Amino acid sequence: MFRPRPDAPAATVEVEVDGRTVRVPEGASAAAAVLLAGLASLRDTPVTGSARAPYCMMGVCFECLAEIDGVPNRQSCMIAALPGMRIRRQRGARDIDPEDVPDTIPSFPIPAPRSGGA
Amino acid sequence: MTQFDAIVIGGGLVGAAIGYGLVRDGLRVAIVDEGDIAFRASRGNFGLVWVQSKGLGAPHYQRWTRLSAEEWPALAAELGERTGISVGLEQPGGLQLCLGEEELEKRRAMMEQMRREAGNFGFEYRMLDRSELAGILPGLGASVAGASWTPYDGHANSLNLLHALHKGFGERGGTYLPGRTVIEAHAAPHDFRVEFAGETIVAPKIVLAAGLGNAKLAPLFGLLAPVRPQRGQILVTERTNRIWPLPLGSLRQTQEGTIMLGSSEEDVGFDTGQKPEIMRNIARRAVLCFPWIAELQIVRAWAALRVMPPDGLPIYDESEEFPGAFTANCHSGVTLAGAHANAFAPMVAAGALDPMMMPFSAKRFDVSAAA
Repeated sequence: MFRPRPDAPAATVEVEVDGRTVRVPEGASAAAAVLLAGLASLRDTPVTGSARAPYCMMGVCFECLAEIDGVPNRQSCMIAALPGMRIRRQRGARDIDPEDVPDTIPSFPIPAPRSGGA
Repeated sequence: MTQFDAIVIGGGLVGAAIGYGLVRDGLRVAIVDEGDIAFRASRGNFGLVWVQSKGLGAPHYQRWTRLSAEEWPALAAELGERTGISVGLEQPGGLQLCLGEEELEKRRAMMEQMRREAGNFGFEYRMLDRSELAGILPGLGASVAGASWTPYDGHANSLNLLHALHKGFGERGGTYLPGRTVIEAHAAPHDFRVEFAGETIVAPKIVLAAGLGNAKLAPLFGLLAPVRPQRGQILVTERTNRIWPLPLGSLRQTQEGTIMLGSSEEDVGFDTGQKPEIMRNIARRAVLCFPWIAELQIVRAWAALRVMPPDGLPIYDESEEFPGAFTANCHSGVTLAGAHANAFAPMVAAGALDPMMMPFSAKRFDVSAAA
């Protein structure tokens, strides 16, 4: 459905979109790579499971969320495509395994809780 | 000039719950509301139905909060049936996490005082130590010493609640008048007239539920509502798989999967801006409780203003000078929605507040009465 503009610079940056290899011009966003890959959708929403693809392309609508280089829920329209980038489909909410995240929080004093509670 | 049985000033959670209760009792009701520029705690709150910390030194407030928590399931079910909107109520009880032994001991003392003050009414609570907690909450931070638990707490989707109350109000014939600013109000016993630009409405009853706006409105009706704004800030993470089986006071995971991080208290007047130091402290407490939260992206953050009476306790009152005028002021419009719709509104419909409401009167701020 989408084609690069005729005046676009040559597609030299190779990325992976959900298993397909796509070339985009330097400076293009990860979301642009998704559109050029011709995918009908890139994720299913967490609440209703309906299909979504990049939409506003300017960081507002959050429809283009994708797993990029292993990090889920990234706004692909706000991220420049880089050589070798892996843009993956996301199904529902991201998964986090609390037991599997190492405690790497630097030590800092405990901030006071909200007082009162009345 | 349009005649109603009751006018409710304020279309936030408090006004909408009362208005909903009044139309359900068969009254012809107008809810008068500001526009989208209103300071609207109903759209900035945390969404807790929270009982365990309410009313230390003021057992009447604990009872009122408990009454509301008990009414919540019926209200949620009724709204769901009548409006098709799920308010997402879950009441599995709640945990308040304590960082460090000092916080835990303070909490233990507070909960024990709550139990003592509850007397025969009862107050069920438990203190959980770290090892017990770790079995319920995966990925617990090393600084968490323990938590308090009561069975009364819960949470809900407060935006859906506001929507459902408005929809239910409208479907039962209530008249919603948004975008109005009260220009003039005339009070006489059982005869109230409120004027806006080119429009007048009258009713024998009026309920002031205008949040922070009540401070200026109340004296026009022989009432007192010395509420001030108290700012609270909230951070919200991206959506994740469901992790916690119950709300954790200043932390909760919504049904949609976002994790909300609170809470804070600031006295900064009518300023809804955000402050990095406060946001940092909220985030720090959250990651001390659960280090894995640091892996999550923050996708939204905002500040809103609580409607805070001088002693932090709600104010409910009826005017002696102008019978038929009532006021409701609180900073817990979500928690108290059950009480407002199912207990307070029927009192207004009946024409007088129940004696159980007397301790909530603003007379408690009267220096000569207190002396």
